[in-house]
Amino acid sequence: MNEPVLQIKDLKVDFSTYAGTVNAVRGVSYDVYKGETLAIVGESGSGKSVTNQAIMKLLPQPPAIYSGGEILFDGKNLLDQSEKQMEKIRGNDISMIFQDPMTSLNPTMKIGRQITEVMLKHQKISKSDAKKRALELMQMVGIPMPEQRLNQYPHEFSGGMRQRVVIAIALAADPKLLIADEPTTALDVTIQAQILDVMKEIQKNSQTSIIFITHDLGVVANVADRVAVMYAGEIVEIGTVDDIFYNPQHPYTWGLLGSMPDLNEEKGQKLRTIEGSPPDLTNPPKGDAFAPRNPHAMKIDYEQNPPMFKVNDHHFAKTWRLHPDAPETELPDIIKNRYMQYSGGVKE
Amino acid sequence: MTEAILEVKNLAKHFGSKNNPLKAVNDISFHVMPGETLGLVGESGCGKSTTGRTIIKLYEKTGGEVIFDGKHTDQLTRKEQKTFNQNLQMIFQDPYASLNPRMTVFEILSEGYDIHGLHKDKKERRQKINELLESVGLNREHANRYPHEFSGGQRQRIGIARALSFDPKLIIADEPISALDVSIQAQVVNMMKEIQEERGLAYLFIAHDLSMVKYISDRIAVMYMGQLLEIGDAADVYENPIHPYTKSLLSAVPQPDPRTEKNRRRVDYDAAQHDYAEGEEIILRDFGNNHQALCSQREYDSWKQ
Repeated sequence: MNEPVLQIKDLKVDFSTYAGTVNAVRGVSYDVYKGETLAIVGESGSGKSVTNQAIMKLLPQPPAIYSGGEILFDGKNLLDQSEKQMEKIRGNDISMIFQDPMTSLNPTMKIGRQITEVMLKHQKISKSDAKKRALELMQMVGIPMPEQRLNQYPHEFSGGMRQRVVIAIALAADPKLLIADEPTTALDVTIQAQILDVMKEIQKNSQTSIIFITHDLGVVANVADRVAVMYAGEIVEIGTVDDIFYNPQHPYTWGLLGSMPDLNEEKGQKLRTIEGSPPDLTNPPKGDAFAPRNPHAMKIDYEQNPPMFKVNDHHFAKTWRLHPDAPETELPDIIKNRYMQYSGGVKE
Repeated sequence: MTEAILEVKNLAKHFGSKNNPLKAVNDISFHVMPGETLGLVGESGCGKSTTGRTIIKLYEKTGGEVIFDGKHTDQLTRKEQKTFNQNLQMIFQDPYASLNPRMTVFEILSEGYDIHGLHKDKKERRQKINELLESVGLNREHANRYPHEFSGGQRQRIGIARALSFDPKLIIADEPISALDVSIQAQVVNMMKEIQEERGLAYLFIAHDLSMVKYISDRIAVMYMGQLLEIGDAADVYENPIHPYTKSLLSAVPQPDPRTEKNRRRVDYDAAQHDYAEGEEIILRDFGNNHQALCSQREYDSWKQ
């Protein structure tokens, strides 16, 4: 594979609160390569959004404390950059798309100005050229009649159209990395499908890398090249989309995959659930954070936090199950089915 | 044949002025049998929530009839209205907004008992509430806490407990799991199914998440722009969608399977394709096994093949 655009190494983020220090991100490492989409999945509170807001340094300090690790982008550690330097990077090299398109647009500004603002700030470009480029961008993200739409306000747009505007703004400066934090969660399925198509199309043309944060595994299956699964502030499994969906190794990934009905599933079958609730991160557990909810937990899971075990060159999982001395675990049926699909697919 | 618990005939709800009304719900008819789950799906703004709210009389309907438990809902006596209020309950999307933050869970749950006088004495009420909490997977210690002390999934359980406290015959669940995490969604859905099996109650399950709806529903109704386009057994609607809109909607649902996703072919829906001539009768027509779709006679003939 080609070289990484972004490297996160052992990132730790804490929040100081009245109830004590919350270790929200506890040693996260991953790379993002050029032109790929890395999906990050996990429950609310797993630290997926915090990790990615840390890349943009959007977390207010205090309460946030960057207590360790590095975020390498373009050879620079973003954690060492001053606020002034970060301003140059934000919106220029790295852009972000948020979940709610209404709150990320300025309601008192015309759409055209909101799109050109980024370009005028970051690039040496004349107003008329910026406008031309804005029209191109609007066409690219599929907004009909851009000439007229340019002079309208956000409230005159539907939810799906607003999200297209947000994407156009994010792309205005031709960023190397796009962070999309649940960009389609607030949208209808039909609109969601259109937005995902737009994002894929743009990526194909511009080779932008995308970090896609979501909790919808269907969306992950649709957009991702690689997937990182987060739980309690750590990455518990990372691999290609096929690794994660057809050869998952971590019991938490099994739980996530099992709790989603797929449309082909037999009726009457009960959904598998993950019992219990995530750990309190003011006082993170000593061993594997998932152990109390893991029906397959072993004694060592409660005592020592497992390292990342290698499954293959691009697939890693953080579970003692993969230790050479670990006993065989009985796999849940739904996971067995997925394994079977996988090996079946390989034979073809 | 048993009688339907809920029958909706030509229901209409218009907002705005008489001259230029917004037809949020435009002449729709369906029924729900006792103990069954009818899933009502569609995009935002299609009128599915308005339908639910109009049935339970949160909105006054513009036209049509709602027959609940054999009685017309607009001719109820005071006493009958009270029974109606007990037998038809609603669960809302945002569990936090639907619980009073200044009341403990015990107070929230005892309100219904007090209003309807469903208990003999305070001891019985306390006991009933404890049982209720246990049936939704909470425990009795939770009764003394306030809504903000609970997680989203637990709050939705409280909302469900409140709806169950009257032992209703039908619950209208308006997007009850949309605000929850995937793994929590599964917990709540499993619980709703268990309760249904125990008590034999019926659900009108309103949602836009089609995979969950298919999982929980016996039958499914698809709405678009205030109209009911298709209704039938869940399996029929999903496997053999008739109406082009249903086809388009289903083709957009992402599935947790990268291989199917790679080969996904999305179908777009354009309402102009119908090209209905003036005077053509556009009604729900039966395609067998009570699987109905809204179409003209011309379309019926061509779709039937």
